Amino acid sequence: MTALRARGLTKRYGSDNTLVRAVDEIDLDVPTGQTLAIMGPSGCGKSTLLHLLGGLQRPTRGEVWLADRRIDTMSERALARLRRDDVGFVFQSFHLMDELTAVENVELAALLAGRSPSRARKRALYLLDRVGLADRATHLPSALSGGQRQRVAIARALSNEPLVVFADEPTGNLDSAATLEVLRLFDDLRLHGQTLVVVTHDARIAAVADRVIAMRDGAFADDNRLVGTVYDGRR
Amino acid sequence: MLAMLAKEPAYGYDLRARMRDALGPLGEAMNAGQIYVTLARLAKAGLVTSERDEGLPDRPDRRVYALTPSGQQRVAGWLTEVSWPKPDLAEFHLKLVAAAAGRLADPVALVDAQRREVLRRLRDAQRAALDRAVDPVAGLLLEGVVLRLRADLEWLEACELAWAAREREASS
Repeated sequence: MTALRARGLTKRYGSDNTLVRAVDEIDLDVPTGQTLAIMGPSGCGKSTLLHLLGGLQRPTRGEVWLADRRIDTMSERALARLRRDDVGFVFQSFHLMDELTAVENVELAALLAGRSPSRARKRALYLLDRVGLADRATHLPSALSGGQRQRVAIARALSNEPLVVFADEPTGNLDSAATLEVLRLFDDLRLHGQTLVVVTHDARIAAVADRVIAMRDGAFADDNRLVGTVYDGRR
Repeated sequence: MLAMLAKEPAYGYDLRARMRDALGPLGEAMNAGQIYVTLARLAKAGLVTSERDEGLPDRPDRRVYALTPSGQQRVAGWLTEVSWPKPDLAEFHLKLVAAAAGRLADPVALVDAQRREVLRRLRDAQRAALDRAVDPVAGLLLEGVVLRLRADLEWLEACELAWAAREREASS
């Protein structure tokens, strides 16, 4: 089954002389359970692409499908609900609420989605345990290391059992040891069949990806030659 | 290999185990044949001796290997010399220059091909480093390999940007 599909996806900024093709006619199919890494230099359009795929931005042209739902033409309300219930986001700078504990940060998404407080808490504690932070549940983010904060953010992203988790430079603010923790966690998600799309500058993500796409000037520069050779086989 | 014998003489199989321990997952690729061929070569060069142990069959893995005085000197010299593997950057750079100058190939495509190979190696090294069973000391070697490959990738990215810009200029 296809978790994510894009056809002719295009995002332009500016006009005429200042026209920037941030994303240029991209076609993409991400099967359920695939870990896809999209790599490329700063400004190649990879973050914009992630925002289009995750419903954070609307394309200038083209279509995006999440499972069997077309999302680029959805109403704002439907899109907000989709972002809340069906996808998870992980950002470079964690975006945790400073005044909430780890477990409160994780359960917030489930509470907003209408789960009962007790179910939300139970699920949050389970997820914190899964990311190896069961003993940090009541800590505030300020009392956690960078790697631990990112793991809390990943637990939060998993809160509503999303169809796809999108990660934007998830290891960008982390040192070598913390990066290793996050990579292990992504590898674990991959083995459990979680569909994951990561845009990154960090080639170490390739270690846990099923497929690596190199992006250049808003387009895929090096995908076909990777697919089916070294990166596309599930281990 | 000489350095692994510096502490004390060892049986061939023991030496193999020492090499494997020191290199961690990177040592797995080394086979017995390579080790014994190298030992034979070192013996010929007068850097090691090997003796058959009484009561044991005369096989390379059951012989006891030891450093000769000149072998010991070689190890001491190796430890103090500052060495750094010669990077093949110059060769690849020349390839790009020659490809572009003679229109023999697209330099950006060469960069893509090179990157695929570096990414493949990086993935293997990083996967090995992710294994929790890796001994922390052997893990340091893997971290070094990963860091260097990442540096190679950064350089390839710089090459890609520069050559892609040149191609755009040439075609406009």
